[in-house]
Amino acid sequence: MSLWSRHKPLETNSILLVIGILLVIAIGGLVEITPLFYLKSTIEKVDGVRPYTPLELAGRAIYVREGCYTCHSQMIRPLRDEVERYGHYSLAAESMYDHPFQWGSKRTGPDLARVGGKYSDEWHVAHLNDPRAIVPQSVMPGYPFLASTELNASAAAAHMRANRAVGVPYSDEQIAQAAADVYAQVNPDNPGVAEFLKRYPKAVVRDFDGNPRSVTEMDALIAYLQMLGTLVDFKIYDAKANVR
Amino acid sequence: MQPVTAGMKRMTLGEGGVAAFFALLTILSVIGAGLAEDAAFAFHAYLTAIASLAVVIFIINRFYERPEALPPEEILGKPNYNMGPVKFAAIAAVFWGIAGFTVGLVIALQLAYPVLNFDLPWTTFGRLRPLHTSAVIFAFGGNVLVATSFYVVQRTCRTRLAGDLAPWFVVLGYNFFIVIAGTGYLLGVTQSKEYAEPEWYADLWLTIVWVVYLLVFLATLIKRKEPHIFVANWFYLAFIITIAMLHLGNNATVPVSVFGSKSYIAWAGVQDAMFQWWYGHNAVGFFLTAGFLAIMYYFIPKRAERPIYSYRLSIIHFWSLIFLYIWAGPHHLHYTALPDWAQTLGMTFSVMLWMPSWGGMINGLMTLSGAWDKLRTDPVLRMLVVSVAFYGMATFEGPMMSVKVVNSLSHYTDWTIGHVHSGALGWVGFVSFGALYCLVPWLWERKLYSLKLVNWHFWIATIGIVLYISAMWVSGILQGLMWRAYTSLGFLEYSFIETVEAMHPFYVIRALGGALFVAGALIMAWNLWMTVRSSEASKPAPLALQPAE
Repeated sequence: MSLWSRHKPLETNSILLVIGILLVIAIGGLVEITPLFYLKSTIEKVDGVRPYTPLELAGRAIYVREGCYTCHSQMIRPLRDEVERYGHYSLAAESMYDHPFQWGSKRTGPDLARVGGKYSDEWHVAHLNDPRAIVPQSVMPGYPFLASTELNASAAAAHMRANRAVGVPYSDEQIAQAAADVYAQVNPDNPGVAEFLKRYPKAVVRDFDGNPRSVTEMDALIAYLQMLGTLVDFKIYDAKANVR
Repeated sequence: MQPVTAGMKRMTLGEGGVAAFFALLTILSVIGAGLAEDAAFAFHAYLTAIASLAVVIFIINRFYERPEALPPEEILGKPNYNMGPVKFAAIAAVFWGIAGFTVGLVIALQLAYPVLNFDLPWTTFGRLRPLHTSAVIFAFGGNVLVATSFYVVQRTCRTRLAGDLAPWFVVLGYNFFIVIAGTGYLLGVTQSKEYAEPEWYADLWLTIVWVVYLLVFLATLIKRKEPHIFVANWFYLAFIITIAMLHLGNNATVPVSVFGSKSYIAWAGVQDAMFQWWYGHNAVGFFLTAGFLAIMYYFIPKRAERPIYSYRLSIIHFWSLIFLYIWAGPHHLHYTALPDWAQTLGMTFSVMLWMPSWGGMINGLMTLSGAWDKLRTDPVLRMLVVSVAFYGMATFEGPMMSVKVVNSLSHYTDWTIGHVHSGALGWVGFVSFGALYCLVPWLWERKLYSLKLVNWHFWIATIGIVLYISAMWVSGILQGLMWRAYTSLGFLEYSFIETVEAMHPFYVIRALGGALFVAGALIMAWNLWMTVRSSEASKPAPLALQPAE
């Protein structure tokens, strides 16, 4: 009986109840979240992982805007069938510049963590315009409006500045050249390509949507899809490097 | 000579302050609309300007219309309850419920018949899905919680809701947040954080509304006339406080521009994933569970006219539930790049969570002791009790799915969708419907229009739920097994698209279940509408019995 009467102050004093609730609900989050900011396995650095180019970043924003994450995951689990179907399991480092993460929670469509390079640009254009023209059984919506919507390249710098504010290491030069780099990445004949590739080593320069007249949202989205999962070279990746 | 001030009305500090705040907001919104960097932001700024201006006009108008004194705390020794905001939230809940269920039906049909996406930006699955989840969780569920919490806290504290304009600010402000969030999704404004999709300015607004919600609720508790804080209020309080904490943690963003809709979250990759599911799972735990358990703790005893089964069990239930729930988030991230220890911790606490969940279910069900016969005659009570049974089922299924080996099969499949909906339709839906069937007659002081229609609602919706969840169990497990199936030669047996194709019949059955659930909700809306209206019809018009001359 005495133990139960100890609970009485909480039942009769609303401020005490508030404090009690705050203490009880704070613990779980503190224990599970705080270590992730300093544990080696969650802040590992892996060769090849770099911040997105301005065009890829714009493509990623379109991926977010259209809610692609509601049907596509970007997280390959270390299970035999997944590794065989999609490729090497996903590393923490591969989403270290993802604000927010796009791991997803549902696979109505396949995982996209390593979709980069799996299909041609032409395949992506045709598929995004009308998925059932390429895969008759698909239930994916069509996105024909992407190819006809001009990309606002002048906004790229502001997006990179916001990313820098949350920790993505963009240099002043990268931000200053943001709009120029958007144009350089979609046009191999652009005089700025060499400089662009210095800023973003091994980035892919192509006219992604096959329409040289303009830079469209289709260019940006395909540039993003084509780089997904391609940054780390798993032939030389050392899984033991980050084990303590 | 009488002093001139004697009969003069004074504007209260609250009225003046709120009017000034919204006048300022009107000006800021107009400026924001002018400088907006994208169309969606401009649209939302104009909406805000119009709404703020309407509030200013409303306050000034109310000031001139109202009597000199504000409504009294008590009339003839009885508390003068403030039920206006409760009524508004109850109506809003019915409206948003039907809207949210209908969008759910639309996206269910889109998965069965993709041509229904129409390939327009505003109508694709990716934009409608957050509209559905937010509409049912935050618009429908949220309004049910605001309505019932404001009702229960007044009745169980035997005191008028604290604040004069504040309760209205909470109710209207919250619904305005929903309008901003919902229209934003259609325009492509989203953070892509599940169940936290609204962008930074909507989040900021919700923060203000939520703090006022907490203050109103707490201030009402503090001025209570009862010595004890009733158990339902513990759950409401935990729900309000925890949602505030989660909301702030998961929405720490940096806007690209203060005149644009896009922002980037402070967290990246693994850390962001953990923040997201710490938020996401506890949106389930505190919004869809703790808040609705509060409804269970008030409405079931009231309706059954029996006391709560065990007071001690409710103490254990409360503290263990809110302590354990917070830890369960990582079970959404099994086998991902989240460290193993965090996954195992999430799994362990999820399994432990089974106990307080069932403790609460037992406390709710056993409250029927001595009143079980009422289930035969009272379909409203039956709805409430069946909701608790669904709660028990979903809170057994959840811990089971959080076990890593089970999760390796169920994750990314429709099984998750089925699990969510057995909780959402069966538990949250039914307990809300039961509460609304109680609340509307109480608030409007009328008799419920038709118990027979409640019975129809109950059975149609129950059949809908059974179709829904069994279709998703079969499709989920089928898809999970097909993904990992190997041929005798050691090759993956199915291509991905073959697994998509296999889902089609189940998606059709699911949509049928959803349609039945919507139909049930429409019956409820009609029934409640007739309840509110009936009086007007039945109240005998003052018959002018003129002497026949």
